[in-house]
Amino acid sequence: MSTARRGVRARSLTRALPVAPAVVLLFLFLAGPIAYCAYIAFTDLQLTGQAHSSFVGFANFRTAFRDEAFLNAVWLTLVFTVLSSLVGQNTLGLALASLMRRASKPVRTLTGGIVITAWVLPEVVAGFLLYAFFRREGTLNAILDWLHLPRQNWLFTLPILAVSFANVWRGTAFSMLVYSAALDDIPKEITEAVEVDGASGPRRLWHITLPMIRRSIGTNLMLNTLQTLSVFGLIWVMTRGGPGNKSQTLPLFMYEQAFQNSMIGYGTAVALLLLLVGSLFALVYLRLLRTEV
Amino acid sequence: MASPLASRRTGRRLAADAGLLVVAAAFVLPLAWVILSSVDPHADLRVKAPDGLTLGNFTAVLKPDITFTPLLNSLLLCGGGTLLTVVCAALAAYPLSRFPSRLNRPFLLTILFATSLPITAIMVPVYALYVRVNLIDTLQGTVLFFAASQLPFAIWLMKNFMDSVPKELEEAAWTDGANSAQSLVRIVLPLMAPGAAVVTVFSFVMMWGNFFVPFMLLLTPDQMPASVSINEFFGNRGMVAYGQLAAFSVIYSTPVILLYVLIARRLGGGFALGGAMKG
Repeated sequence: MSTARRGVRARSLTRALPVAPAVVLLFLFLAGPIAYCAYIAFTDLQLTGQAHSSFVGFANFRTAFRDEAFLNAVWLTLVFTVLSSLVGQNTLGLALASLMRRASKPVRTLTGGIVITAWVLPEVVAGFLLYAFFRREGTLNAILDWLHLPRQNWLFTLPILAVSFANVWRGTAFSMLVYSAALDDIPKEITEAVEVDGASGPRRLWHITLPMIRRSIGTNLMLNTLQTLSVFGLIWVMTRGGPGNKSQTLPLFMYEQAFQNSMIGYGTAVALLLLLVGSLFALVYLRLLRTEV
Repeated sequence: MASPLASRRTGRRLAADAGLLVVAAAFVLPLAWVILSSVDPHADLRVKAPDGLTLGNFTAVLKPDITFTPLLNSLLLCGGGTLLTVVCAALAAYPLSRFPSRLNRPFLLTILFATSLPITAIMVPVYALYVRVNLIDTLQGTVLFFAASQLPFAIWLMKNFMDSVPKELEEAAWTDGANSAQSLVRIVLPLMAPGAAVVTVFSFVMMWGNFFVPFMLLLTPDQMPASVSINEFFGNRGMVAYGQLAAFSVIYSTPVILLYVLIARRLGGGFALGGAMKG
């Protein structure tokens, strides 16, 4: 009896063996840093030749919540996320996906190709392209001149708006793909029946389409938000968080504290907060997917 | 079909076409800038018709220190990272897909949770950790971190693709005396080759475009991949050669666009829903 059970256990161990390399990698290089993050967030570790760091409790967090630059970064992260992810990518993605269902094939292919190219481009390249677009002597102002509208030095006066638009440009394709798939899943009988009934566009959207794709909306919002929370390269290339700290979202603030100000402990405390907010969104996302796993 | 309905459909199609073309026009401007500027001898920051065509920008950047070394570094980093990711993911996916166990569900949920964590947030502690264990500024350290950060999504995808290979095909091999390793390599992987290709290409594209990881973990300029070295165009020399920057951007971006086209047909929306896509 017990030898048989031991045999079963040995077999299930051998069967689980192939998972080992992945688990080791994930433990050492993903779980390890996260645990280390939770540890040094409570120390005064610094970048420059410090013999050893000491435990400082919640001091870093207290400093953060009194630090105007930190609160500024929280606010800008919120603006950046709401503008570019919730409003921009999400709405534009849904609009594109639903227009594509009615559009002619060449237009659909052309638009899809352009929007997806913006998404596939490396982050830094996207940053340069939009830097050029928003610069004082760039394309946007050239167009405004041509339309006889007032020009702006966008990256100087409204940098957070410029980087938000950049993130919309870069990220809309993802929402578009998610919503295209979701709309394709709506049974054809329903769309046809509604069309014959002659319900108006907005009513159809509100009463039929949105309720039917609500799960996709939920997962898309979560994934967009998580992606937006971790944007670094795009903003770094376009503005470096500046001028001053007018476009300094949390990842850039974290980087500045840790490396330009050498406060690794403080920077990590900010990172831990970002990680906690991210985990919260990730849990909501898991909950939405629950039935699929 | 009643003709009012048909004409309403035509009207709606024209309206949809017009709407899409407006968005396409707005989205294409930055792309047009990079392409036109790359062949323009006097490129600046706005979209304009080139003052004559030149390949001068390309010949100016196609030099070892500007293009070849960074691209080779990118290839080593992303190639190594992708290889490690795909091998570990295929191995891990096999028992998850084939042998039912009470641990599978919690493991998969953890994996899915990990796919959506903001990796950016842990780069400062990773840096601090790498300084302590002497992995900072090493190719292998960066490759290992790349692999670990891409692994959750790769396992998730790989497991889903593997689930679609019928178990019966393998059972025949088992009765012929093949073990699990043989049946994974000889039967399952060949049958899910398109899926495995998607995982491979996707991991590679994600790493190729990643800026923050090598920016944090590598220090020596000679080791930098293209995603970091491109910033040199904005270097300390004052004047920026926009034409050359554009040419380099085209060279650096082309491989991932081609790879994407290669797998695009298989990337349905269901794929996009399956997990996180982070920039």
